[in-house]
Amino acid sequence: MTLASIIIQLLNGLAAAASLFLVSAGLSLIFGVTRIVNFAHGSLYMLGLYGAYSLIQFFGRTPLGFWGAVVLAALAVGLVGILIEVLVLRRIYRAPELFQLLATFAVVLVIKDIALFTWGAEDLVGPRAPGLSMAVEIMGRRIPAYDLVLIAIGPVVLGALWLLLTRTRWGALVRAATQDREMVGALGVDQARLFTSVFFVGSVLAGLGGALQIPREPANLELDLAIIADAFVITVVGGLGSIGGAFLAAIVIGVAKAFCVGIGSVTWFGFEVSFSKLTLVVEFLIMALVLVVRPYGLLGKPQAAQRAAEPAPRLQVPSWTFALVWLALLALVPLAADRYTTILLTDIVCFALFAVSLHFIMGPAGMVSFGHAAYFGIGAYAAGLLLKRFGLPMEAALLLAPLIAGLFAIVYGWFCVRLSGVYLAMLTLAFAQISWSVVFQWDSMTGGSNGVFGVWPSAWLSDKTAYYYLALVLCGAGILFLWRVLFSPFGYALRAGRDSPLRAEAIGIDLRGFQWAAFALVGALAGLAGAVYAFSKGSISPSSISIAQSTDGLIMVLLGGVETLTGPVVGAAIFTWLRDVVARNTEFWRAVMGGVILLIVLLFPQGLVGGLKALVVRWREQRA
Amino acid sequence: MLQVADLHAFYGRAHILHGISLEARAGEVVALLGRNGAGKSTAMKAIMGLVPPARGMVSFGGKRIERLPPYRIARLGLGYVPEERRIFTELSVMENLEVGRQAARTGVPTWTEEKLFALFPNLARMRERPGGRMSGGEQQMLTIARTLMGNPSCVLLDEPSEGLAPIIVEEMANSIRALKGEGVSVILCEQNLHFALGVADRAYIIEKGQIRFGGSMEELAANDSLREQYLSV
Repeated sequence: MTLASIIIQLLNGLAAAASLFLVSAGLSLIFGVTRIVNFAHGSLYMLGLYGAYSLIQFFGRTPLGFWGAVVLAALAVGLVGILIEVLVLRRIYRAPELFQLLATFAVVLVIKDIALFTWGAEDLVGPRAPGLSMAVEIMGRRIPAYDLVLIAIGPVVLGALWLLLTRTRWGALVRAATQDREMVGALGVDQARLFTSVFFVGSVLAGLGGALQIPREPANLELDLAIIADAFVITVVGGLGSIGGAFLAAIVIGVAKAFCVGIGSVTWFGFEVSFSKLTLVVEFLIMALVLVVRPYGLLGKPQAAQRAAEPAPRLQVPSWTFALVWLALLALVPLAADRYTTILLTDIVCFALFAVSLHFIMGPAGMVSFGHAAYFGIGAYAAGLLLKRFGLPMEAALLLAPLIAGLFAIVYGWFCVRLSGVYLAMLTLAFAQISWSVVFQWDSMTGGSNGVFGVWPSAWLSDKTAYYYLALVLCGAGILFLWRVLFSPFGYALRAGRDSPLRAEAIGIDLRGFQWAAFALVGALAGLAGAVYAFSKGSISPSSISIAQSTDGLIMVLLGGVETLTGPVVGAAIFTWLRDVVARNTEFWRAVMGGVILLIVLLFPQGLVGGLKALVVRWREQRA
Repeated sequence: MLQVADLHAFYGRAHILHGISLEARAGEVVALLGRNGAGKSTAMKAIMGLVPPARGMVSFGGKRIERLPPYRIARLGLGYVPEERRIFTELSVMENLEVGRQAARTGVPTWTEEKLFALFPNLARMRERPGGRMSGGEQQMLTIARTLMGNPSCVLLDEPSEGLAPIIVEEMANSIRALKGEGVSVILCEQNLHFALGVADRAYIIEKGQIRFGGSMEELAANDSLREQYLSV
């Protein structure tokens, strides 16, 4: 690389960093004060792009029209943020943190469909910035003038935020509430209003980040989850709650990505290394590296102690009769039901094991995973590839796939168990994204974006009913096994570690080792679910490993309730069934699902099964 | 000023307060005495709304407050100084005070930073110092000053003498007497009987979540068996 091209890539990276920084700063601010991991933050960014697109059309392509549209779009997104806070989140600040997460997933679904309804499914290419569409010549290379403006905007916003946070009463309140919001309330500050204002500022930043991107990237419906992954990575690399850290991390990642694109393919020692293919992965590699060296990010500090958690309720073992009655019922269904129902039930059984394995790791083992689809997808791909590329019989592929998923879980888990809380969750997301981009780009092996086809089971299982029985036996056994493990000494040790890591280690439990083993165990069983699922569908696509698949799993677990064992199964069944029913009847199934989830969140803050149990208890008390 | 009747409170499932009743009149310093774990801090948190009372009545300035959120209670002029101090460690002394600021109230002293620095001269020398880089005694003064910025008519003071050097304890006692001189009522939790005797007008003794004694400091000082039974370690 010449000096000139290095400088050009540097400028490219800095221009890309501007939006990344704005979005991440907003996310960090909101998380700091409200302790909510706001998945809908990416949706606000997406709305910023769409909003700017429409407003520019309305105002006309003049410099004033363009910049007016950008600012107005950002403010409008800020208002959307206020709506989300007031209508949804304010009602559940006292609910368990994971339930707040579920609510933000629901908001993601609703906003995606509102965007689909308003702007359609086509990508919308915005205009270049009027007056800035020329290129500036730097060292003989041409660079868009708009990029230079973006490079300036990042530090300007950083400076403005710094002034706001350190020179105003609002800033003092925000920083105080980030440390101890209860004390701020006891000093007479209305938390609700403070939270709303923080949500507004954070949302404006997301909206502005989106609006500024409109000359550089088309508005489309995939942006929400794509940018939230970027924003998570940046806040974690920079250190949660640190605005300066977010700025630094955005630059590091923006520049690293630009260089990967710029370098292209290089031949080293006879091997061709494609840096442009690394673009999708490089930020996650940086994150994994940073977290291992500095577990709280570049400029972060150890997280403030969270409010004292309520003691987790006792887990009740579902009795053998209960399990057997259900298994018997499920075994009888195909005798009465049609082919369609049998296929749907097969899906449900697979997702039930997926959800139960996720519940095992996030509930009793206390390690929330945002990237559980990694193991489901790896299991599915391993099964398909062993069959199609390596010519193994289906039965062997099905049995080996979970082991391969487990192996990946061992590797990923080694990093993950070194962290806790939100940092751990983000790292799991990073590994899932790395797996996804490898699968997505390795055309010769995985079929890239098309996936793998013709993954059908052996002849004796080709009948849908026969395959259903196989799925029921394998996944049912997996679920019962995981439940049984929770009541073994291993399970008790995990739960002890969740409730008090220090005390667990003080009585001689090798907590990290146990958590690592748990990671491998649930990875293998999620892989089993994925493998069974792959053979039932006959094809595998990269979506089985995507963030959307991971969040589906989280929704299933949280919908049913983390606090019961049967909750995830119920959640998986209801979610899969509902999605099937709704998707057959409307294009806007996401909005309907999101609406249903929001209703459930607001009505049953303990999850469906937990909520129903509470209702039953109250009903019994009234009769007694 | 402040009246509490039959107050019950829980921590999770643990029943901590079993119906306590007490009262503080305008301009009075009242001590709430008891051993560790007797329920003193919980009583203060329940009055302040930080632990929602399960049953009972709390009225402040003639207004029922037992169902109000903490910020509304604070805005009525009831100040709370937590035992753990809960200083905002990232914020400077001036910023900590800023967070506590509320509008002036009629009939109660209005505090400014300068007036507080006169009361706590140590703080005046470290206006820009972050709260995390102060000694325990300095933090204790800052947490009281921060609450006073809200111009309270009554202050709940949880264990102000705990863990402080004797000379600082003496300064603390002077500050409390100064507050009383300004007409601010004070309810303080204490394990240190000697400290309470020096500043309080009246005292209650709390044991296992119930009030066992209420009376003047003279009565308490004269009653050896009472002290023996509930306060000695």
